[in-house]
Amino acid sequence: MKTSNPRAWFLVLPVILLVAFNALIPLMTVVNYSVQETFGDNLFFWHGIGWFQDVLGSERFHAALGRQFLFTGIILAIEVPLGVAIALSMPRSGPWVPICLILMAMPLLIPWNVVGAMWNIFTLPDIGLLGYTLNSILGIEYNMTQSPLAAWITIVAMDVWHWTSLVVLLAYAGLVSIPDAYYQAAKIDGASKFAVFRHIQLPKMKKVLTIAILLRFMDSFMIYTEPFVLTGGGPGNSTTLLSIDLVKVALGQFDLGPAAAMSLIYFAITLLVSWAFYTAMTKDDQN
Amino acid sequence: MKLRSLAPILYILFLMLPIYWLVSMSFKTTNEILAGFSLFPQEFTLENYAAIFTDPSWYWGYINSTIYVTINTIISVSVALPAAYAFSRYRFMGDKHLFFWLLTNRMAPPAVFALPFFQLYSAVGLFDTHIAVALAHCLFNIPLAVWILEGFMSGVPKELDETAYVDGYSFRRFFFRIFMPNIKAGIGVAAFFCFMFSWVELLLAKTLTAVDAKPIAATMTKTASSAGYELGLLAAAGCLTIIPGAIVIYFVRNHIAKGFALGRV
Amino acid sequence: MARITLNNIRHSYLPNPKSDDDYALQRVHLDWDDGGAYALLGPSGCGKTTLLNIISGLLTPSEGQLLFDDQEMTSLEPDARNIAQVFQFPVIYDTMTVRENLSFPLRNRGVDEAAIATRVAEIATMLELDSMLDKKAAGLTPDNKQKISLGRGLVRDDVNVIMFDEPLTVIDPHLKWKLRSKLKELHQKVKRTMIYVTHDQTEALTFADQVVVMNFGQVLQVGTPIELFERPAHTFVGHFIGSPGMNVVPASVVDGQVQVAGQVIDTASDLTNLRQGSVEVGVRPEFVRFADAGIAGTVETVMDVGRHTVVKVRLEGIEQIINAIVDEGDSIPDGPVHLQFDAAQTRLYEDGWVVAETQG
Repeated sequence: MKTSNPRAWFLVLPVILLVAFNALIPLMTVVNYSVQETFGDNLFFWHGIGWFQDVLGSERFHAALGRQFLFTGIILAIEVPLGVAIALSMPRSGPWVPICLILMAMPLLIPWNVVGAMWNIFTLPDIGLLGYTLNSILGIEYNMTQSPLAAWITIVAMDVWHWTSLVVLLAYAGLVSIPDAYYQAAKIDGASKFAVFRHIQLPKMKKVLTIAILLRFMDSFMIYTEPFVLTGGGPGNSTTLLSIDLVKVALGQFDLGPAAAMSLIYFAITLLVSWAFYTAMTKDDQN
Repeated sequence: MKLRSLAPILYILFLMLPIYWLVSMSFKTTNEILAGFSLFPQEFTLENYAAIFTDPSWYWGYINSTIYVTINTIISVSVALPAAYAFSRYRFMGDKHLFFWLLTNRMAPPAVFALPFFQLYSAVGLFDTHIAVALAHCLFNIPLAVWILEGFMSGVPKELDETAYVDGYSFRRFFFRIFMPNIKAGIGVAAFFCFMFSWVELLLAKTLTAVDAKPIAATMTKTASSAGYELGLLAAAGCLTIIPGAIVIYFVRNHIAKGFALGRV
Repeated sequence: MARITLNNIRHSYLPNPKSDDDYALQRVHLDWDDGGAYALLGPSGCGKTTLLNIISGLLTPSEGQLLFDDQEMTSLEPDARNIAQVFQFPVIYDTMTVRENLSFPLRNRGVDEAAIATRVAEIATMLELDSMLDKKAAGLTPDNKQKISLGRGLVRDDVNVIMFDEPLTVIDPHLKWKLRSKLKELHQKVKRTMIYVTHDQTEALTFADQVVVMNFGQVLQVGTPIELFERPAHTFVGHFIGSPGMNVVPASVVDGQVQVAGQVIDTASDLTNLRQGSVEVGVRPEFVRFADAGIAGTVETVMDVGRHTVVKVRLEGIEQIINAIVDEGDSIPDGPVHLQFDAAQTRLYEDGWVVAETQG
């Protein structure tokens, strides 16, 4: 259907130039650091793949990576089903739809550090709405600067608060694009509610859900600002996710080599998982 | 039916609680905040907002953010338009790989790029300018804009292009006069997402600025770290960062609804 | 499996309809026999989809009743009516194989597996889907997908009516006739009541025993294809059916005689009870002949459409075009000509509706 046109390159050129400027040069810099040793003052020595070996072998990296996968796993397990459930229970049309959509989109438009700060204020044990309610009214001890569990629950709750709407919006977009005829046919065929979900709604949402899961995976895997503002990675290292650890290494200790090697490994993991997931989800369509 | 609508209502309530708390906090005096828990502001005050609007280092933060977000949205959408057209209409050497490569740039954690970005933009002499942040945000916004626009453009039948060329339209005239009005909704949705992601991003914006182009979100971290008794001020500043987003949603709400109707977000 | 009665049904999409114009469907009264093949024919916006939705239960009419075998159905849910429908675009369950698609309505009703297997096999043979029973339904061509949606209706032996909503819209032209004759054949085999909604006269006339022609939210005529062709009850019916449609020319009645462009002509209509409305004369191109005398005109274009030729003639004085059909081999005049209408097939229409014919 598409016509072959080599000159189409000219239409894509500005995009390539802009993205390449932003992507390739910094990436090259990172690659460059990752294979060198520095003692400051711009003195660099060839270090080969030493940093990669160090990072891959380090307990600290394993722990941060483990926490990262745990975090991403939990939030995906909550946000995707919850988002789909809410999208399913929204009206398909009517005056409430735009109001719902606008209110639901609100958290997406708040700067990430404000999200962190907002949740900080919200959960303060003595004067935060949530913290005070839990501690003084319900009598549940809750202080995320002391309890790792409380810190974990808080960052997960924050992420669910922040990003479930993205899944809702995308899933809803998929749902409203299903023609009425499908629901009518299902009714005529005597299909149960679950059968409608399993055989009509879910297959039709597959494409948007793939996008939603992919976006949520990538973004949650890179999450930095919100937990940094909220918990600073603490208490101890309990909420030090991968990127928080990375910034600690890169800026805090100014270990450019290991930080760069860590970045590349990090990038490679994200790329690999995204690619594997994307290929698995789109495999059926090719046949 | 009533039970069914309970889920979205509860969910929206859950979304609004922290926002309510932020707003409520912003109208409290420092004394009240330090005195302890109160559900509503007891002595309603505007002093936190007054402090922000009288201090240039605060309100310039907003102006800076607005400037670079606007520049970024314009750049992202305008370069993504022809590229998305090329991807949706033509085959050319390496098109599939190129598209995937563009998408991979959304996967690069900004934390990875923070330092190299600082060095790069310092080297080209753009450090601490609005254009630096606007350009840096193109890294993740252009791929997104191309992706969204390509979806919308694929929904426009190719016959439209052919008819226009037969009628003697030049590519340029066709694109601006006929094609763009046809994908208005798509442009609205793409601009919305570019605005959103540029407005909420902080790490790169903070890394690339010092004084002149410092974003509001970065100004806030200063207060946040000093904690304690400036909470009211922080809350007020936070509330103000929500407003531009709310305005943008309001303006593009119809486009978004239309974009949803096409099922191509 | 059921006789369908539409008892004075009216429908408006407005909450408080005032004038007749507010009604999308204006007082429809129809009786359909069990096992018949019916078509609802009309241009888009004529109210045929509204009527279909009232029968299937997606809409509840503002007034009137719907009866299946004297059982009130007016406000029942679609699934309680025991109907089947084939939609404009193929509706199939993408995740299932063809076999699972066909079994689905029976499974939902708790029919036992052995009975399902025999029934599905039977229907698949009837629809010529045997060879693809275990393929994923999503990968099939549109015509096979439409057969699956029809099959989901046919597997149930208790459906009251099977409805088709423009089912050939997305089918390739060269497959249309094939599927069309398949439908006709199926109807003769299964003897279910079938209602076929379309704006295409060929589809309606070849499928149905009785065609209901609609426009402006009204039923204009109900009849066999022959009746619709030979005795259109409304100028719209004459115009809409036939290729080209019936000629409709302004006329006047002077001293008990019909005049067209100043010429007196003979018609089959009875002029005794005429009101003083605007009148027109309707005559199909098949019944227009060239003659030495009659209504004067000029030949404008000649179009060869296969077995015959369509000649467009511009009438003198009233600037009206008339189509005449000339059989192949007959000579075609050019320049100034005279036309004669076959009196037995020429009728007078008053306000669009046909005037009764002279008895005897």
